[in-house]
Amino acid sequence: MSADKISSNETRHIAHLARLALSEAEIEDFTGQLAAILEHAKDIESLNLDDVAPTRHALPIKNVMRSDEVRKSVNREEVLRMAPETQANMFLVPKIIGED
Amino acid sequence: MAIEDEYIITIGLEVHCELKTNTKLFCGCANQFGSEPNTNICPVCLGLPGSLPVINERAVEYAIRIGSALSCEIRPSVFHRKNYFYPDMPKDYQVSQYDEPICVNGKLELPSFPKTVRIERAHMEEDTGKTTHVGTSGRIHGADFSLVDYNRAGIPLVEIVSAPDLSSADEAREYVSELRAILVSTKASDGKMEEGSLRVDANVSVRPLGTEKLGTRCEIKNLNSLRSLGRAINYEARRQMEALSAGQSIRQETRHWNEDQGVTSALRSKEEAYDYRYFPEPDLTPLDPDMDEVATIARALGILPPARRLRLRELLDGELTRSELEQVQTCVKFDLDEHVLDAVRTGVPARLALARGSNELASYVNQATVDSFEVAEFPRGKFIEVISLESQGKVSSTQAKTLLSRIASNHNEEVSALIEELGYKAASQDEISELLDRLISENSMEWERLCAGENQLAGFFIGKAMKITNGKVNGKTLASEMAARRLG
Ligand SMILES: [Zn+2]
Repeated sequence: MSADKISSNETRHIAHLARLALSEAEIEDFTGQLAAILEHAKDIESLNLDDVAPTRHALPIKNVMRSDEVRKSVNREEVLRMAPETQANMFLVPKIIGED
Repeated sequence: MAIEDEYIITIGLEVHCELKTNTKLFCGCANQFGSEPNTNICPVCLGLPGSLPVINERAVEYAIRIGSALSCEIRPSVFHRKNYFYPDMPKDYQVSQYDEPICVNGKLELPSFPKTVRIERAHMEEDTGKTTHVGTSGRIHGADFSLVDYNRAGIPLVEIVSAPDLSSADEAREYVSELRAILVSTKASDGKMEEGSLRVDANVSVRPLGTEKLGTRCEIKNLNSLRSLGRAINYEARRQMEALSAGQSIRQETRHWNEDQGVTSALRSKEEAYDYRYFPEPDLTPLDPDMDEVATIARALGILPPARRLRLRELLDGELTRSELEQVQTCVKFDLDEHVLDAVRTGVPARLALARGSNELASYVNQATVDSFEVAEFPRGKFIEVISLESQGKVSSTQAKTLLSRIASNHNEEVSALIEELGYKAASQDEISELLDRLISENSMEWERLCAGENQLAGFFIGKAMKITNGKVNGKTLASEMAARRLG
């Protein structure tokens, strides 16, 4: 990926995917910041890291698991109260694109 | 030349299999089908801020079982977040395995073609919530909305991805049915389609005969039975052939199968639908299964379908005929092999047990489940009771089939009560003897001709006997009684 080529349109696209409403000024601002991050990744790419194992996690831990035992669920009414709208004990959401 | 003969079909399948754990993949909520909406939910599977997921160790064990049963390599793996904006996942991402799945490079043998299908990968992921669309009136109506139940969100899945090695609807159906049998054998899944335990997406493409490069593929969703799978593949392949023949090109897209209309149609999806922006899930640790434990899990696997078929084949002496091989396959496919083995253990001849299992039982089971991948059950003890009576000549084969059919439609029917009700009370040797005395005296000419070697007259006597007894006499017993008389 070429760091210097990130365009404000790409920033718009990413913002849309994350459902972020950004102003034109913010788009310009973030385009610059994203370019700087990609520039930093490029610095790392230039190093010879043949002897360094890929990082799978920030901490040197693996296989943290729990046993398959049922735990009490939360109170449904309490959760549904937080939703903007409900019906028949379900969350009511606007029509979903892509469904008939 | 028919259009089907001018193209080659290529199919790859993605099968989502729900694991039979007690709890969800990353939280302690119950993994239970059919609960009241939104009763198996917690801060983790609702994606509430500050909640932390922890991997269910049994789900990992089950994934290893499945991978081992499919001859996969079990590898260190990492969970990723697959980001998308859709209310079936309250977190706005689904946790899945991306470039480092737990199982890779497996294979599955299709028994009847025969063919080896490569399994590219089998990875772990969490299921999504269930959305129900509620329309008010008509399709383009502003007031349409969806209802969401998060009981299913977070249930552990293994997604098994085949290479594009299948080349017909029949092969695809056999692949799913063999895979289902394997999954059930591992006890990691119940294989029940009706409850959504097994869901299939099919990638279908066609290319002109004599060319090498694969055509553009379409992914068909919503295939929830073997029947839909076969119909959808045939429809979609034909659609693509006709488009190419008309000089059009195929657009890579996701298509929805409509069972009622028998057609696939493009889903309205935005082009960034595939822009999932995967990144490693920082709240979960990598999995690096201990290879000794993996070996232990593989060794403890139950008997798998190829071995189950072998076990049945070994019941029969000598070379098996084509139809006997098919009977063996059918019995395993419909989980009826244990019925047959148990019957043989109680002394029923193997060929009879196999025939009744693969013909009568399989057809009831199949009819009961024609619209799903699920396999219905047939009470094993009653099956054995009926065919034992048949093999001892206490009921005729027609009567045995009737008994099996009655039990198929009501599992609670008792064999002895049915025999009473249908008047199948086996005639004693004396009664058979008396009946034959009467037949001989009433038809003495025919009897003499039979004794003189006109064997076809045996049928005449059995027919008469059936008439007198309203079909309740056992033809086989009567025939052997006649044979004994003729000799004696
Ligand atoms: Zn939960």
